Parts: sequence; structure tokens; C-alpha cells
Amino acid sequence: MEQFPRRLLTIVTEAVLERELVAELEALGVRGYTITDARGRGSRGRRSSDWAQEGNIRVEIVCEPSLAERVAARLRERYYDHYAMILFLQDVSVLRPEKF
Amino acid sequence: MLQLDPVIWFFVLGVVAGAARADLRLPAAIYEFVSTVLLLAIGLKGGVELARDTGGLPLAELGGILLLGFLLPLPAFAVARHLGRLDRADAASLGAHYGSVSVGTFAVVVSYLGMRGTGFEARAPVWVVLLEVPAILSGIVLAKGFSANVAWRHLMRELFLGRSIVLLLGGLAIGWLAGPEGTVSIKPLFFDLFKGILALFLLEMGLIAAAQLPTLRRHGLFIVAFGVAMPLLFAVAGAALGRLLGLSPGGTTVLATLAASASYIAAPAAIRTAVPEANPALSLTASLAVTFPFNIIVGIPLYERLATALVG
Repeated sequence: MEQFPRRLLTIVTEAVLERELVAELEALGVRGYTITDARGRGSRGRRSSDWAQEGNIRVEIVCEPSLAERVAARLRERYYDHYAMILFLQDVSVLRPEKF
Repeated sequence: MLQLDPVIWFFVLGVVAGAARADLRLPAAIYEFVSTVLLLAIGLKGGVELARDTGGLPLAELGGILLLGFLLPLPAFAVARHLGRLDRADAASLGAHYGSVSVGTFAVVVSYLGMRGTGFEARAPVWVVLLEVPAILSGIVLAKGFSANVAWRHLMRELFLGRSIVLLLGGLAIGWLAGPEGTVSIKPLFFDLFKGILALFLLEMGLIAAAQLPTLRRHGLFIVAFGVAMPLLFAVAGAALGRLLGLSPGGTTVLATLAASASYIAAPAAIRTAVPEANPALSLTASLAVTFPFNIIVGIPLYERLATALVG
């Protein structure tokens, strides 16, 4: 079975940013993403998911490596200073390259 | 002892359970549901009353209340900046939170006045709508000036299409269109169950307030003093405006309570995106863990006395 390399970009950030972030991603050319509610602990303390004001989301994007880099750079520049946000990149393989 | 509305005990239960780390939490969807029912019920009730008497909203009242909303953040900002020595963004954020209103507090004052058999103006839910947004705008201007950095159009859309405004105005419209007879079929859920729904809402608010307690300990005395002093000061402003506008004692109590209340839903979301450098925990903790409990337990009966003394 033929496999194609792509990058998985995972972002964990404040739920309050969801709309803005989605608009930003679409403007950068991201065609698909998955968002889930998340909770956990980090440098900004424990964050629960049961209240929209405090909740976190996890955004996952599978795309071409160049686009993943662009998105990561843009998010770092725009949000890192003032928002709770982490992101990381992984290599993944997909079966239908035309989707990603 | 002041007569305590039984729903308040649910808030106390939430705080105690939360502080003791009891295994208790309402799922997020339930909180959303409960607050949706509350907002609609408040709107509907106002709408039905408006259909009964065609008082309308006097222009002076509209202007006076909007002006109050725009102005309230200024003293809060000044106090936070000079007495609290907070930086500009944090002080402006506090100004926005304290100038704007809390629908939860409004629901409690409605329930309180209902229990006491005190009437108030049917259009009171409109006051909530009028007071929610202006203070947030003032707060953003205090932080940023009329800066091009703020995405004003996007922000306005978010503010005016916020859940509380849409549901309150929607409920008002439906109640007004359907009238007292038309709403009989939905009465069991929205009117008969109001206190029970409010009790569940307050239980969850108690849990959320308890979750803020560690932050409260970190920020210490100023936040507690600020969270108690501001509502007292603002209640006087609200009651004075109520007298000026010729409101009933009940209506003056409601307006004083609204002025005293601090936002914990609309303001945090708007300020978080428009003034990202402000520390969100600071304003939210003051509003939720200090001012909300203070208002619903101690404040409302005081504001009623104040209103009666001024207007009664």
C-alpha cells in the first residue's frame, strides 16, 4: 500500500481563540482541520474544559510540510506573547495525498 | 438576619463542594442549557409584561442607561491604576468587566424581588442588553485608545451577536408577540421551573467561583477590596440614575444591582481577544470569586434598602 509523507501540526490553545484561529488557518490556505475540547496542565496552570471561558482546544492539521511551517511561524508570531498556546510538528503518512 | 433566597444556598453548596474538591461538576452542555433557559425565561417574562402594558422605553432612559454603561469603567480604571498600581491593560480590563453586567446577578435580583413581592419595570431585561456592551467598548478604548490594531468590525459583531444579547432580545420579542395567552403552553418550562433552573445555574457558578480561589490567594487583598468596593460605589450610581429616571423602587433596585454587577462572560471573551496583554485571570477572579458572591448574598438586600430610601 503506497503511503505519502505529510506533517501533522498540533496546536493546544485557549478555546476563546477558536473562531479567530480558524479564520487565520483558512486564510493561510489550510483546507482541513480537526478541533477537540481539551484540558490539562501547563505553564499557565491547570485548565479545565467544562467552561468556555477557561477551556482549551486542540487543533490538528495534516498538510504539506511547507504549509505546516508557515502556519507554525505565523501562530508563533501572532499568539505566543499573550496567549496560552503550544504547538508541535510530527511526520505522518497518509493514503490519499490529494486530501492533504 | 436578612431573608436569604433558597437558590443562594445552591451557590454556597457549589463553592463548598468546589473548595473541598468534591467529585462534582456539571457537564459543559448542561451549563450551556441551563444558562440558555435562564436567558430566554428572563426575556420572555419581560416580553409578556411589555405586551400587557404598552409603556415602551422612554428615550431619556435609553440614553441615561447607555451613558451609565460607557462611564462606569472610568472610576474602576482609575482606582485599579492608581490605588491598585496595575498596568494599563489590567486596569482597563477590570474597568470593562465591572462596567458591564452579569445576567446571573440579574436573575438573582429578579428572583429576590419576586420572593418579596416587589414589582419592577417589565422592560428591565432591556437594561441588561443596554448595559452589556458599552462598558466593554470603553474598556478597550482605555487600554488601546481608538487604535487601528483593534479589529473593531469583528469585535462589534461578536459583541452584538453574543449569546446573552441574542437570547434576551429573542425571548423579549417572542414574549411580546405571543402575549400572556400565547405563552401558556411554554410556561411550565420557562416560568414554573425558573427557580429550579436558577438553582442549578448557581450550583455551577459556585463550582466555577471555587476554582478561582487559588488565583484569588495569589492576587490578594487588593482584588478583594476592589471586588467589594466597586459594586457598592456603582450601586449608588445605579440607584441615583434610577431616581433621576423616575423608576419604581423595584426598578431602582434592579438598576442598582445591574450597575453593581460585573461581567464574567461577555467581557472576558471580548477583552481576551481585543486586549490580549491583560491578565485574564485577574479580572475573572475579581468578578466571579468576589463580586458575584458579594452581590447575590450581601449586595442585593442592601441595594433594595438603598433604592427604598432614595425612591420609596
